[in-house]
Amino acid sequence: MKELVGRPYHELRPRLGKDFSVGELVEAYLQTLEALEPHVRAYLTVTAEEARQQARALDRRLAAGESLPPLAGMPVALKDNLCTRGVRTTCGSRILESFVPPYDATAVRRLREAGAVVLGKTNLDEFAMGSSTENSGFFPTRNPWDLDYVPGGSSGGSAAAVAAGEALAALGSDTGGSIRQPASLCGVVGLKPTYGRVSRYGLVAFASSLDQIGPLALDVHDCALVLQVISGHDPHDSTSVDLPVPDFAAALEGGVRGVRVGLPTEFFGEGLQPEVRQAVLDAVRVLEGLGARVEEVHLPTLEYALPTYYLIACAEASSNLARYDGVAYGYRSPRARDLYTLYSRTRAEGFGPEVKRRIMLGTFALSAGYYEGFYKKAQQVRTLVRRDFDRCFQEVDVLAAPTSPVAGFRLGERTADPLQMYLADVYTIPVNLAGLPGISVPCGFAGGLPVGLQLVGRPFDEATLLRVAHAYQQATDWHRRRCPLRRG
Amino acid sequence: MEFETVIGLEIHVQLLTQSKMFCGCSTRFGAPPNTQTCPVCLGLPGSLPVINRRAVELGLRAALVLNCTVHPTSQFHRKNYYYPDLPKNYQISQYQYLEHPPLGTDGYLDVEVDGVRRRVGIRRVHLEEDTGKLVHPEDGTVSWVDYNRSGVPLMEIVTYPDLRSPQEAKAFLLKLRQVLQYAEVSTGRMEEGTLRCDANVSLRRPGEPLGTRTEVKNMNSLRSVERALSYEVARQREVLERGGAVVQETRHWDERRGVTFASRSKEEAEDYRYFPEPDLVPVEVSPEWLEEIRRTLPELPDARRDRLMAQYGLSRYDAELLVQTRATADFFEAAVAAHPSPKAIANWMLGDLTAYLNEHNLEIEQLRTTPSQLAELVRLVEDGTISGRIAKDVLVEMLQTGEGARSIVDRRGLVQIADEKALRETVDAVIRDHPEPVKDVQAGKEKAIAFLVGQVMRRTQGRANPALVQRLLRERLGLPTGS
Amino acid sequence: MRITPEVVERVARLSRLELTAEEIATFAAQLSSILEYFARLDRLPTEGVEPTSHALRITNVFRDDQVTPSLPVEDVVAMAPQAHEGFVVVPRVLEAEE
Repeated sequence: MKELVGRPYHELRPRLGKDFSVGELVEAYLQTLEALEPHVRAYLTVTAEEARQQARALDRRLAAGESLPPLAGMPVALKDNLCTRGVRTTCGSRILESFVPPYDATAVRRLREAGAVVLGKTNLDEFAMGSSTENSGFFPTRNPWDLDYVPGGSSGGSAAAVAAGEALAALGSDTGGSIRQPASLCGVVGLKPTYGRVSRYGLVAFASSLDQIGPLALDVHDCALVLQVISGHDPHDSTSVDLPVPDFAAALEGGVRGVRVGLPTEFFGEGLQPEVRQAVLDAVRVLEGLGARVEEVHLPTLEYALPTYYLIACAEASSNLARYDGVAYGYRSPRARDLYTLYSRTRAEGFGPEVKRRIMLGTFALSAGYYEGFYKKAQQVRTLVRRDFDRCFQEVDVLAAPTSPVAGFRLGERTADPLQMYLADVYTIPVNLAGLPGISVPCGFAGGLPVGLQLVGRPFDEATLLRVAHAYQQATDWHRRRCPLRRG
Repeated sequence: MEFETVIGLEIHVQLLTQSKMFCGCSTRFGAPPNTQTCPVCLGLPGSLPVINRRAVELGLRAALVLNCTVHPTSQFHRKNYYYPDLPKNYQISQYQYLEHPPLGTDGYLDVEVDGVRRRVGIRRVHLEEDTGKLVHPEDGTVSWVDYNRSGVPLMEIVTYPDLRSPQEAKAFLLKLRQVLQYAEVSTGRMEEGTLRCDANVSLRRPGEPLGTRTEVKNMNSLRSVERALSYEVARQREVLERGGAVVQETRHWDERRGVTFASRSKEEAEDYRYFPEPDLVPVEVSPEWLEEIRRTLPELPDARRDRLMAQYGLSRYDAELLVQTRATADFFEAAVAAHPSPKAIANWMLGDLTAYLNEHNLEIEQLRTTPSQLAELVRLVEDGTISGRIAKDVLVEMLQTGEGARSIVDRRGLVQIADEKALRETVDAVIRDHPEPVKDVQAGKEKAIAFLVGQVMRRTQGRANPALVQRLLRERLGLPTGS
Repeated sequence: MRITPEVVERVARLSRLELTAEEIATFAAQLSSILEYFARLDRLPTEGVEPTSHALRITNVFRDDQVTPSLPVEDVVAMAPQAHEGFVVVPRVLEAEE
């Protein structure tokens, strides 16, 4: 049944219950997981028995002739900052090492109701703060294409799991590129929806005005199927919009003839690895060949996006992470002597250095005397970044750009200099600031490592993104390549 | 030295909603610890707040009855600080000085103390969530946290420093409670914890700028408010008269010792790092919505008092007492509607009925006796069926059992004796049996006739019509009956 | 922008993070260089530009005033590092004392 692994769900679904059972599909994935995990280390918690139980239940329903929900039997992995009822949720942090939520995130509940089978919780940079998964409080995850390289972050575990065949699809979260960048580095598809498209209820907050949950999958079609299930208004999330969810799968066909693709000049400047530039431009030429109209556009505020993002994200994070205090849940320091040290030692012992750095940066940016100059200023620049995008979308329908400036970097290569690490997200961050939808699809290789093409769309226009990305995948086969680890 | 007292109040009232400010947990008081909590009010990872519409409506009602300017857009902010009763270590509140104003600003409430009317300015009214409750058990090493109260909707009301005495402060709080109770916004009771109050106190010489102020906290009843503020004013006066300077600090009121003391000084002032709450979207109050809320407001106490005076000819004093609570005023008007004797009904309500309620520690809403039953009692007195004396006893029985007046009177045979023929006999008997008082009366001591009347009343178990008894006695004794 | 160890200490206090002397020094240096990089924001004129305080342009999202089931107290107690008869237990919180 090993040949089941690595095939997209939309190809498997018609054969489900005929050529193989749900149990067989899930078992195939669990076996791959077991074999490869010692190398990849994508998971923090594996829920094998629960997965087998769910598979059996679905097979029983199949046998009874029931029609099954849209994602029945799909073996999925969930980033460990998504609350799963009764299943440990650590956010990659020692401060939540034993935390078991009493509730499911809405996106998780919807996946379960759609019949997806959860294989486990994946590794991430602690509290989603990072671009390599090296900030995990437990251990780093490795890139299945080359184990000396990072899988990207912060959804590194989810991306690596899908790339290695340890899950058919996964959910990640994206605040500054944390779905798109690891998807790019791991050669899978990753989509960040428009802010407000998917409920954040149950997603452990990093930066409230930027966070979104999204799918990682083997191809655009599967991505669309998962997005369909998790999207839509949620009364538990005041920032989830009450807009109808289009039929994303239906929107895939349509091709790109006449679609106007913008190439933002500023995204192709200094710091971009030449092979990455080449692969991305080749991909754009493919789109052109399919009938898209390509033109140059400008996003002059790009150089301000990174500091804007970090000031806002860290400010919000400093407040969102204040609740980790050893009082009502999570880790409590044994060295707590009084109330003050309960807080200060629990947090000192429970948080890693990057989290502490960001908390302090954020606290500073909000503090008396600095609010105007830092936080408020950043929110004003954010408005200007959005206006830049709005202007572009008057001329074009989607933007095309690299997802990551480099095809990859080694473990340990950037950990000494925080700023160097922040630069990994320079092309993805502006999209979060503007709240727009963005997708990364594999478009080539550089030095044996995958390269991702990023497409950015108008607010709530995931359909066009998916259509263009799908058209690209119909004309190329980068998404069918599988990592050497799997072939071995 | 002449000093002017300057007091401003910061008040928190619990809003009358079924569920909490940002989640569906019950706000019911008195449940066992941590039985009314959920991911949201516990601040669990991944939880998000959603605004309770009713809390906003009640906030708007309050803003209107306090004559505030209601702002078309308002939003929530985070107030960041660490405390174990604050699960997220930030409180979702509304801060005035960022881009958007809070729910209501610049209102007023008129208060009267000893005949002096003062218009107390309301600086702002805003919404926020309450914190959990800390319990400190006897064993001094730990504290306990109960999150049932965490997330209960609160309204913060901040006055301008317009109060000029502790008495005014107390009167303001009473008035505020009354107005909020009328508007069904809050029960506003300090003893129940549905109203909490801190004060800012300073002294200055008239005409001079404001003096250094202290914040007084931990006043748990109206009486403590008056006592604490009186103490603090006296303390500050003493400092200033000595030539010293008042230190700007927070002072705790100690009920037991009757003093305020400076609380543990903090190393530095708390920096709350306010910023707009990103998990909530702004609240827009359209003119239509505001109008709809305005239309649902009841007649407020002052307006009702004035109307009762005009409509029923009541004195200001009586009217003021009758509008103390909306239930009392409603009871009064319903009784008058059943029997149009407003003055008599007012007297009964403010006299015997109030005495009974006080004695049994009851609210008028808790009575089984209905307004029309009271009205019936009054009618029975007015048409002579029973005497006023008997009516008092009847009322007590009515209040105890909920039985109607007529029913009690008939059952106990209390109908007044107004039959002259029957009374003459008793009158004659009394005259016969008490020759000394009779001589006194005939000698000109009119007061002695009261004794004789009393005797007749006694012999008739109080059922004789007193006026009739007077007349008969006078006739018998040869006195003019006109007096 | 120069972040001194004193500033780091103050911020660490506000954030309730106990730091070693070494951490204070390291963070001071790192935060300084990060903020120096961020200073480029000052080059961009933002007079009169509305801050984006909310990512979406929606308003008036409410819930009805209905009571919904709460968590069982067992769940709350199970999550707490220390509990006693339904309460969450913390080290003694000192109220105002003389």
